[in-house]
Amino acid sequence: MHDFTYHAAGSVADAAAKVAGGEDAVLMAGGMTLLPTLKQRLAQPSDVVDLAAVAELRGIQVSGGAVTVGAMTVHDAVANSSEVAAAIPALADVAGHIGDPQVRNRGTIGGSIANNDPAADYPAALVGLGATVCTDRREIAADDFFTGMFETALDEGEIVTAVRFPAPETAAYVKFPNPASRYAIVGVFVARTAGGVRVAVTGAAGCVYRETAMEAALEGNFSAAALEGMTASADDLNEDIHASAEYRAHLVGVMARRAVAACG
Amino acid sequence: MPKDGIGASVKRKEDYRFITGQGAYTDDIDRPGQTYAVFVRSPHAHARIASVDTSAAAAMPGVVKILTGADYAADGLGGLPCGWQVTGKDGPMVEPPHPPLAADRVRHVGDQLAVVIANSAAEARDAAEAVAVEYEPLAAAASIDAALSPGAPQVHDEAPGNLCYDWELGDKADVDAAFAGAHHVTRVELVNNRLVPNAMEPRAAVAEYDRATREYTLYTTSQNPHVIRLLMGAFVLQLPEHRLRVVAPDVGGGFGSKIFHYAEEAILTWAAGKVARPIKWTAERAESFVTDAHGRDHVTVAELALDADGKFLGLKVDTRANMGAYLSTFAPCVPTYLYATLLAGQYTTPKIWCGVQAVFTHTVPVDAYRGAGRPEATFVVERIVETAAHEMGIDPAELRRRNFVPPDAFPYQTPVALVYDSGDYEGTLAAALADADYNGFAARRTEAEARGKLRGIGLSAYIEACGIAPSAVVGSLGARAGLYECGEVRVHPTGSVTFFTGTHSHGQGHETTFAQIIAERLGVDIDAVEVVHGDTSKIPFGMGTYGSRSLAVGGSALSRALDKVETKAKRIAAHLMEASEADIEFADGQFTVAGTDKSVGFGDVALTAYVPHNYPIEELEPGLDETAYYDPANFTFPAGCHVCEVEIDPDTGAVEIVNFAASDDFGNVINPMIVEGQVHGGIVQGVGQALLEGCVYGDDGQLATGSYMDYTMPRADDVPSFTVSTRTTPCPHNPLGAKGCGEAGAIAAPAAVMNAVHHALASRGVSRIDMPATPARVWQALNA
Repeated sequence: MHDFTYHAAGSVADAAAKVAGGEDAVLMAGGMTLLPTLKQRLAQPSDVVDLAAVAELRGIQVSGGAVTVGAMTVHDAVANSSEVAAAIPALADVAGHIGDPQVRNRGTIGGSIANNDPAADYPAALVGLGATVCTDRREIAADDFFTGMFETALDEGEIVTAVRFPAPETAAYVKFPNPASRYAIVGVFVARTAGGVRVAVTGAAGCVYRETAMEAALEGNFSAAALEGMTASADDLNEDIHASAEYRAHLVGVMARRAVAACG
Repeated sequence: MPKDGIGASVKRKEDYRFITGQGAYTDDIDRPGQTYAVFVRSPHAHARIASVDTSAAAAMPGVVKILTGADYAADGLGGLPCGWQVTGKDGPMVEPPHPPLAADRVRHVGDQLAVVIANSAAEARDAAEAVAVEYEPLAAAASIDAALSPGAPQVHDEAPGNLCYDWELGDKADVDAAFAGAHHVTRVELVNNRLVPNAMEPRAAVAEYDRATREYTLYTTSQNPHVIRLLMGAFVLQLPEHRLRVVAPDVGGGFGSKIFHYAEEAILTWAAGKVARPIKWTAERAESFVTDAHGRDHVTVAELALDADGKFLGLKVDTRANMGAYLSTFAPCVPTYLYATLLAGQYTTPKIWCGVQAVFTHTVPVDAYRGAGRPEATFVVERIVETAAHEMGIDPAELRRRNFVPPDAFPYQTPVALVYDSGDYEGTLAAALADADYNGFAARRTEAEARGKLRGIGLSAYIEACGIAPSAVVGSLGARAGLYECGEVRVHPTGSVTFFTGTHSHGQGHETTFAQIIAERLGVDIDAVEVVHGDTSKIPFGMGTYGSRSLAVGGSALSRALDKVETKAKRIAAHLMEASEADIEFADGQFTVAGTDKSVGFGDVALTAYVPHNYPIEELEPGLDETAYYDPANFTFPAGCHVCEVEIDPDTGAVEIVNFAASDDFGNVINPMIVEGQVHGGIVQGVGQALLEGCVYGDDGQLATGSYMDYTMPRADDVPSFTVSTRTTPCPHNPLGAKGCGEAGAIAAPAAVMNAVHHALASRGVSRIDMPATPARVWQALNA
């Protein structure tokens, strides 16, 4: 790890000021990606602004048919929230299957989505549920938030404060994990919402995306049978030592059918 | 028998220390004035070192010393030695130099060429990054195929065509003749996948030099500190043994990877003399991936000839084995003497030929890894036997029964040099089949099919040669050292006992097992026994722990030392009771005079030995401290049968192990709980090889699986609970009747799992899938 200046932010405004004041400052949420990167000397920020002590960023609120999760809320808190389980059980399920117990007790929703790892679980939940990302400057629809591999709509120094999930009629997430890392090789979040059916796919491509053909098929017939024989297009899907693009394309169909079936 | 004696499942004495964080590992050792080392390592698989400029790095804060390959060469010291010579068809193996710091060329990613020593680890790391190395990258040969192809890049100028040796065992013409009369020939092509060991504790070392005594001390994560002292002192650094102490304290797992003498040990010791301050080095996990010797990496074509009844007539095995970039300590013997000699398996196959080409590649050296040669042999034999059974329409269990070495045939001379000592192969097969409910499989398969799952069952009737090793035998095979063991039993004046053993425990539970034997033999409480290992200044000598040898060889040395203690104690007891030595009996810690009610306790005899008033000094030396060296008469031959049942999800290719039963013959068992733990761990490691672990190099020699993000270690939820049991035929040639249990699971499991996977996939037309059978591979095979 190279040397850097550590700052503990006291509030969102304080964090914004500190990150703006650094030459090459980064925000740290749970540190689940940043810390290994620093330890491997793959990043050399001048300043690390830690959000851990910002109380206003923590917590879960359920009201008016929506679940709002503070950006610094750890996965374990979402996974074990009885309120989340009652309002959007699929969201609690997603959080409960991220990483391992250590990750779930350090990693945060804000950190996960700001990092936008192409194989992370939360982006599928945000897109699948049509969530809204709240920042210290504005609100961004999930469909517009995730813009590319490790890229988001966040501007320089913009801080995620919360994510607001509208409760769907039904939803489920099924992932096929990478045997080593247990990130998603393919994860599919399916939801039937007031605004229509949404099928969000993570792990398969460079960034979370929606399978619109599957959404259309499910609009008329929300059943696994409606997706029979459907796969994703292998074009532009990820290919690595763990899975070919064809395998990923196939798994999108399998996971989507299983997710629909899990919706009950 | 004392409650904590032989056969009792005593909880491990060492575990309190380990689970409360009180273990003392090498990285826990801090010496006054300690410095820290970071190695400069090649990012290239193959490159010429054009220049190494340390000037900028040397000027950085905290830097104490930077040493390069040129500095090492200038001191005229030795290269890392290989402990075993294999003589091939064309003469002795090619043994290229292995400089501990590369000076001219680097030959694998991770090859070290300089070391930076600084006041802190962070300063050493910063400075190591500032060492300016100018590389001229060269083309690399990163696989066996690439290295053997015409015009391949040469790893060593001394080894044309990258061939280390071309070796064979058996008479090929004789075996061909057996094939000529065959009713059926089964042929398989197999890859025994390369594995990265991944002990929980990374390698580490602390070296220091005492200018007053001129003594060097090396603390290191080793399975065999005396061997390291011998190799490093005599062959590398030319340091006299009486001024070189090697300590292997608590070690967190080895699996073979900590047998070998590594460059870092020698370089730290050498550098400690130069800076006259202690130096610590601890590998980071990413560093372990590219510097710990890897395991396996064979490509094999095998053919089995059978008659119409399924009797084996002959076996031909042609193997190419990857040595990596340099010859590690035991590497040449693994694919030869620890492999080809096991190809008879549990069977009476009369004619066997094995050819092995050992190949240099631009990859991390490959050496012994849990099982070392025997998992590879078992995989060949058990895959081809199972395949032959299915091809001929004979039940795989029945085909094995028709070919087993029968229980009355021992000692049994195989056609591949070994003489099996004892066994009951039908017994372990029957037990494993019963535990696996083999007869109920068809119904379970039908039920699985209804759920859309493919179900398969596979057997692995393995054998291993353990208790390594009879010195005369291995010496004749090219070993450059005998492989006996040493034990010293020191009885203290009040009757407590310290046992000094040349074996080394890095997870095996020796502190408990050996204490149980002593408690049993001397009638003392197990808590009155301490076991000491891992320090060349305390233990007379030792060969260490590997090859399931500690109990069979080290325990036998203990048994012999206890014989000596008992003999002398009886003489003292005879004196105390004024009886004839011949009339003294010893049981449950009491010496008695036959036919009388006279008795004296072990503790009183011990005290008398050290407080020799009224003692016949002229006839009997004071003290009760005996040492024995035990050289085994033969290998031991643990064997058994493992049965695995899998379900495969054809939609995803995911393989689930739904049942696993093992019946093992380890000879006499001292602590059944520890044995069960060893079997469980071994099976998980074998499952790891079969389904999860695959070390992947790119064609350019870059390691694609260099972290846990990409290299899959088995986890608890990858396996079910296992049904394990033991059936005993005692080893007839060692005093404990023990055979060894440490490697069996890793040896047996891969073939059992892969036989089950092939069985499950056969109905869908899949005939070959290589390890690791990952979901992607299985899906690909199903959709090819």
